[in-house]
Amino acid sequence: MARTSRAKSAEPPVPNRERPNEPQPYDASKDELLQFYKDMLLIRRFEEKAGQLYGLGLIGGFCHLYIGQEAVAVGLQSALTEKDSVITGYRDHGHMLLCGIPPKDVMAELTGRQAGISKGKGGSMHMFSVEHKFYGGHGIVGAQVSLGAGLGFAHKYNNDGGVCLAYFGDGAANQGQVYESFNMAELWKLPVIFVIENNQYAMGTSVNRASAEDQLYRRGESFRIPGIQVDGMDVLAARGAAEEALAWVRGGKGPIILEMKTYRYRGHSMSDPAKYRSREEVQAVRDKSDPIEHVKKLLDAKGVKEDELKAIETEIRKAVNESADFAESTPEPDPKELYTDVLVEKY
Amino acid sequence: MAIDIKMPALSPTMEEGTLAKWLVKEGDTVKSGDIMAEIETDKATMEFEAVDEGTVGKILVEEGTDNVKVGTVIMQLQGEGEEAGNADKAPAETKEDEPEAKTKADTKKDDKVEDSAHPAQEKVETGARQMFEAAKHDAEVADPAIPEGTEMVKLTLREALRDAMAEEMRADERVFVMGEEVAQYQGAYKVTQGLLDEFGDRRVIDTPITEYGFAGVGTGAAMGGLRPIVEFMTFNFAMQAIDHIVNSAAKTNYMSGGQMRCPIVFRGPNGAASRVGAQHSQNYGPWYASVPGLIVIAPYDAADAKGLLKAAIRTEDPVVFLENELLYGRSFEVPKLDDWVLPIGKARVMREGKDVTIVSYSIGVGLALEAADKLAEEGIDAEVIDLRTLRPLDKETVLKSLAKTNRMVVAEEGWPTCSIASEIVTICMEEGFDDLDAPVIRVCNEDVPLPYAANLEKLALISSDKIIAGVKKVTYKK
Repeated sequence: MARTSRAKSAEPPVPNRERPNEPQPYDASKDELLQFYKDMLLIRRFEEKAGQLYGLGLIGGFCHLYIGQEAVAVGLQSALTEKDSVITGYRDHGHMLLCGIPPKDVMAELTGRQAGISKGKGGSMHMFSVEHKFYGGHGIVGAQVSLGAGLGFAHKYNNDGGVCLAYFGDGAANQGQVYESFNMAELWKLPVIFVIENNQYAMGTSVNRASAEDQLYRRGESFRIPGIQVDGMDVLAARGAAEEALAWVRGGKGPIILEMKTYRYRGHSMSDPAKYRSREEVQAVRDKSDPIEHVKKLLDAKGVKEDELKAIETEIRKAVNESADFAESTPEPDPKELYTDVLVEKY
Repeated sequence: MAIDIKMPALSPTMEEGTLAKWLVKEGDTVKSGDIMAEIETDKATMEFEAVDEGTVGKILVEEGTDNVKVGTVIMQLQGEGEEAGNADKAPAETKEDEPEAKTKADTKKDDKVEDSAHPAQEKVETGARQMFEAAKHDAEVADPAIPEGTEMVKLTLREALRDAMAEEMRADERVFVMGEEVAQYQGAYKVTQGLLDEFGDRRVIDTPITEYGFAGVGTGAAMGGLRPIVEFMTFNFAMQAIDHIVNSAAKTNYMSGGQMRCPIVFRGPNGAASRVGAQHSQNYGPWYASVPGLIVIAPYDAADAKGLLKAAIRTEDPVVFLENELLYGRSFEVPKLDDWVLPIGKARVMREGKDVTIVSYSIGVGLALEAADKLAEEGIDAEVIDLRTLRPLDKETVLKSLAKTNRMVVAEEGWPTCSIASEIVTICMEEGFDDLDAPVIRVCNEDVPLPYAANLEKLALISSDKIIAGVKKVTYKK
């Protein structure tokens, strides 16, 4: 009996566990689209300005720009609520702006000033805002994945309904602690969305040269964490994936992985000579897949006039310039700040 | 011929245990691998297997007997081919021995007699055992933090640590414990014993063997507003996790300009245990104490362990809390107070003296006290200071004592290079130079990975004799 039925079965194999639905592109209203456009443009112009200030020597150290990847964070974070938390690595400026942190607080941190979000003591890679539920800003590749699982642990422990959005790159995806965290996150059903921002290069090493399994959304399979691959250059796809992922995680089904296929236009950091890819490759992505141009077209289709977009552009440039002026002119930390904040308490 | 079956040592430092249960009875035949008894120590319950084949002859120690000394004959096994008649006869013979064996076990009058009576079980004289023995010394000066007339109770170090966690967990819902084997197994060293029963699996969490990962999860949870206690089975394994301790936990408050805190306690045994070799025998005190942003605590006795662990759980700063495995089973007087909390960053004078100061911490304090006792016999009056907190270091107490004795030895169970001892020497040079009548001397372990062989281990580890030699050097005595 069993043998005959097995022999007959030609229907596709039934998955042995539940999987999330295939995400649908988000059906954005005109206002939502406009907001996506504004948010992406703010990040783009902010990062361009940061690059300029770096070139002028006003920003030091490492400075990793988010240009090209804007649709990922904008799409995902637009779906979050106030209960949710965000953590990422060192390419963090864009995520911070989306958490509602004022651009001037971020820019002043980049220039190392007292008015910076970390009083000038963190710098580009180390910025935090507990108030905005942004938990960094971490300079060690992959550390934020374990920490993000810990934030998810806290959400679950407190039963506050929150979800942690933990971003990391294709490079971090090969770190051991990522898998330690995957294991615990699924074991304990932690409310975490692991977002792999696959911008295709870990510094100068392409995904294919570093990853035995280059389809990174599959990296959770051996931990029973479902993964979805998403067009990270399309803000509606990103938002649609966020909806599906949030439904999964908020439904108590444990963590989920979103692999966001994206691309950074600039070097890994400002000091990257970019010898590992051709100028043509970068230009081709800019021409064909730019996330902001994409939304511009959608807005055009919804009847938004060029003038309106121009006005937005002007407004954003003004805000970014103001933040840069502020970041240049506001004072450096008082020397006595050297010894503050090492410990919270006095002993 | 009957084979004497003796109370086994289940760990290098085990001296006695409870014969919890016999799983065989007289007349049973056993073969190699059969479980004959269950033996309990304060650390663990172990099954005791037969090695030889034979018939169970006389059972000499009844089940349920506590404090059975290692090496006591607990049963006799009749070898193969022996006739039943012999088996009947054997108990009669051993009956005469039985009361004697019991007397020895009960009264523990003379260890030497006991050892010579059981040469096969003679204790191997190791460096760790020397430290273990020295740790029987108590502070000679009462802790001024204890109010006068406070009732004192005997607690083992592990009980004191457990009580500290339990009390803080009762007081603060945000406190939880995570680590390998902390819940169902009741702790690899039984430090978390009973916590799962009281607090449930939401707050007492077994982790996979994944130090880097769970140190990160704990740190993230602290950033998210909880108060985790992360237990490492030993700090040797925490090297896998040191990135989160140093980069994530210690630096967060500073890097965030004081807005993001990380109130977490990383705790577990640290330092040399007994004969566990180089990878399991290391003192991380100096490593963590070099990191700004961390609090590092390494208590000696149970009162300090309890009071300081409670303080560690309460503070807003990340704490590395270094315990010592050799001390876990050691009982000390602990004040019976509703809320015994000690200040972090305060050293303690354990013994007052006028001729020389011996500064130490953790298990080194026992050795320092032992050395002070022996030195007293030679007319040298040593003051002993327990640092208790390694960061921030209580310079004031150290320098005050130096001003009094003008001579100092730092005794540290750990390597000498870039050690806490080096730090104390520097402090004395920079801030106590005018008080010095002799150079400050470091008495530490030898500068080698800890060897396994008993004789080499003994040579490598610090001992009270080495401290005495150091004291004589700085006091210019022979």
